[in-house]
Amino acid sequence: MRYESPDTLEAAAKMLAAESGDARVLAGGTDLLVQIRSEILSPALVVDIKKIAETRTVSEEKGGFRIGAAVAGAELKEHAKLKKAWPGLVEAANLIGSTQVQGRCSLGGNLCNGSPAADSVPALIAAGAVASIVGPNGRRELKVEDVMLAPRKLALTKGEIIASFFLPARPAHASDAYLRFIPRTEMDIAVVGCAVSLVLDASGTCTAARVGLGAVAARPLLVEDAGKALVGTKVDEAALEKAAAAARAACKPIDDKRGTIEFRTDVAGVLTKRTALIALERARKA
Amino acid sequence: MKHHVTTTVNGDEVEFLCSTEQTLLDCLRDELDLTGAKEGCGSGDCGACSVLVDGRLVCSCLVLGVEVSGKKIETIEGMAKGDELHPLQRKFLEHAALQCGICTPGVLVAAKSLLEKNPDPTETEVRYWLAGNLCRCTGYDKIIRAVMDAAAEMRGA
Ligand SMILES: Cc1cc2nc3c(=O)[nH]c(=O)nc-3n(C[C@H](O)[C@H](O)[C@H](O)COP(=O)(O)OP(=O)(O)OC[C@H]3O[C@@H](n4cnc5c(N)ncnc54)[C@H](O)[C@@H]3O)c2cc1C
Ligand code: FES
Ligand code: FES
Repeated sequence: MRYESPDTLEAAAKMLAAESGDARVLAGGTDLLVQIRSEILSPALVVDIKKIAETRTVSEEKGGFRIGAAVAGAELKEHAKLKKAWPGLVEAANLIGSTQVQGRCSLGGNLCNGSPAADSVPALIAAGAVASIVGPNGRRELKVEDVMLAPRKLALTKGEIIASFFLPARPAHASDAYLRFIPRTEMDIAVVGCAVSLVLDASGTCTAARVGLGAVAARPLLVEDAGKALVGTKVDEAALEKAAAAARAACKPIDDKRGTIEFRTDVAGVLTKRTALIALERARKA
Repeated sequence: MKHHVTTTVNGDEVEFLCSTEQTLLDCLRDELDLTGAKEGCGSGDCGACSVLVDGRLVCSCLVLGVEVSGKKIETIEGMAKGDELHPLQRKFLEHAALQCGICTPGVLVAAKSLLEKNPDPTETEVRYWLAGNLCRCTGYDKIIRAVMDAAAEMRGA
């Protein structure tokens, strides 16, 4: 296994594209190194992207934020402004693993590892985040909900790297939240994850809403109908029930030891309501 | 292929050679003879291998040795000042917060990094901070008492 740590995206993309064997990006390594050590993967080349400034920086841009794909969870938590604008995204990222894992785990790695249960992905989707991707043929943008196709399958081509995520500007009275169901309180994989992002007008009527769901299908989902059910309402019980029904309808979960199809589907509805109420409470104060 | 890595461990500049596959934990234990950090699982679950890299608490089993070139590493070996134990170490002995001791270096390194960020944590904060440090012996309660007591002493309470 070769190791490279270039300081530009262009150089990194070129190295990844030129390798004839398996070539992998290394961000925090909390998925990749586990997979290498357990011999699930044996790449010929790992390209560490943490010396590339864009991947390691959180900056304000056009009133919104650009978050480097390799910024660690613990660093996101310490960014007061980001946390204020996107508390749900930051709490989702901070649910990943332990304090030690937080020291390394990144949004880019969480998405590109390709797990349907990745905690930060529904929150990125609800936020309307756009991935900025650099490959051997230049840069392109892709909405986060379009990056993952199926477990371990991404819409990235050989040599492509997610450099950063762009989160749009927040108007007044906007906020988000993320909840997951796990059988214990820490260190477990989501049975269902749900993120909701809301915008209210001055009278408290919802003017925009996005709902992201994790662990209930082959990839994290944007549930457009759940968002639509909330828009134009005061996010009252009737609207919440409609959103929950849309969330349940979007579920195509697997049956496994963590949860049956029935259970996951039901919990997706429950979490949609609860998460929306937290986002609502926050948006009123924002 | 071997990499030549120069880094700072507990304030001393050190050099070692390692292969790409070797983790920071392997390098500490096998190349630098710093065997305080333990390998409990090798997969990020147990925290026995906890160290600080540039002030950040991480599992050294999930860091490559080549990644730490030019960085600052802190391990359990740097915790006592000569013969003088760190208050956390003393409190762990007083509270009998260990039995077999395999988890202890990792718990101490993690607890120290908590108290540096938050000198007055609540019990809940201590429990969450240490959720990635597994202990098969103590049942955790004595560990939590020892950390709370050490924090109080270090605040001068
Ligand atoms: C003990 C433990 C507990 C965990 N708990 C959780 C949890 O609760 N919830 C959860 O969601 N996950 C959890 N994880 C999984 C993991 O920590 C997360 O998925 C994490 O976000 C991965 O980020 P990373 O930077 O470490 O990725 P890496 O391991 O560096 O990379 C992961 C994959 O993505 C690719 N990749 C990384 N960055 C990019 C990029 N910018 N562009 C293109 N490809 C890229 C890599 O090649 C690799 O295939 C846990 C892991 C451990 C060890
Ligand atoms: S040995 Fe590193 S976390 Fe268990
Ligand atoms: S004292 Fe034995 S594992 Fe903690």
